[in-house]
Amino acid sequence: MRLALYIIVMAGVTYLIRMIPFVFCRNKIKSRFFRSFLYYVPYAVLSAMTIPAIFYSTGSYITAAAGTAAAVLLAYSGLPLIVVALAAAAGTYIAGFFL
Amino acid sequence: MKNWFSRGAYDGIPIALGYLSVSFGFGIKAVQSGLSPLAATVISAANLTSAGQAAGVDIIEACGSLIEMILVQFVINLRYSLMALSLSQNLDRGFSVPHRFAAAYGITDEIFAVCSTRKEPVRPAYMYGMIAVAFAGWVTGTALGAAAGQLLPSDIRNALGIMLYGMFIAIIVPPAKKQLSVLLVILAAAGLSVIFRYLITAVSGGFAMIISAVAAAALGALFFPVKEEADGA
Repeated sequence: MRLALYIIVMAGVTYLIRMIPFVFCRNKIKSRFFRSFLYYVPYAVLSAMTIPAIFYSTGSYITAAAGTAAAVLLAYSGLPLIVVALAAAAGTYIAGFFL
Repeated sequence: MKNWFSRGAYDGIPIALGYLSVSFGFGIKAVQSGLSPLAATVISAANLTSAGQAAGVDIIEACGSLIEMILVQFVINLRYSLMALSLSQNLDRGFSVPHRFAAAYGITDEIFAVCSTRKEPVRPAYMYGMIAVAFAGWVTGTALGAAAGQLLPSDIRNALGIMLYGMFIAIIVPPAKKQLSVLLVILAAAGLSVIFRYLITAVSGGFAMIISAVAAAALGALFFPVKEEADGA
């Protein structure tokens, strides 16, 4: 029973955090600064989430660096998301053979 | 592709594959913390978030208070508010209030990233397609990890661990190549994140991410305000 309560509270808080701004922000934001800020948020968030965490994502800095390099290279060439993501995994896996 | 639901589902495939591997890890962790595979799967279905769930399981294992649960979920998931706000600025007219109530459930880092960097306004069906596929990956991965986590060789598990980040790179690199301001914002956020990781270690991971991202985006807005026509591009 206590477990159910934990799960309900957890899911409830997580949903409200997502829902409130999404439902109640109905108007276009006028402030140029704030619009610019929101334009940059996704890039900033993803960057902060990726660096340095990506180097800890495979259990070895070296294989992670290889996977990262493969991803950056292919992303720079403009390849689709799935290709880049798989290349990161492939780069990591292949680098593992050389350790 | 004809309809928006399948287009969203198609664009969601890399997300689902990434989720499959990450949630696999969550499933293993949850079972190690004493939860049943069913409870782990229910948590994944109800929350659809990685960091928040991992912290939540820690609290359950430690028999923490509900207040602690609320605060931790609030802080770790606060970034979703920023994302929801940002996304709310580029929604299609068909995005009515009921659709917003429903689709809000699926605002994750990755779904937000893909939706928010699209040029045209986001349609409800597109988001639902993406959420459905991502949900399937997240919940399936959790169930598999919880039930059979130890069966996979470790080098494969490790290689799968980097996929989500690879996807993030695929999202941020092309615009950074085109726009100097985006590149600088990305570098600023990464730099701040590194500083928090190694120098200001008292700040927890969730907070560090929020501060780094907010500061970098604010600097970007201050020095490179976007023009009207470039908005949402």
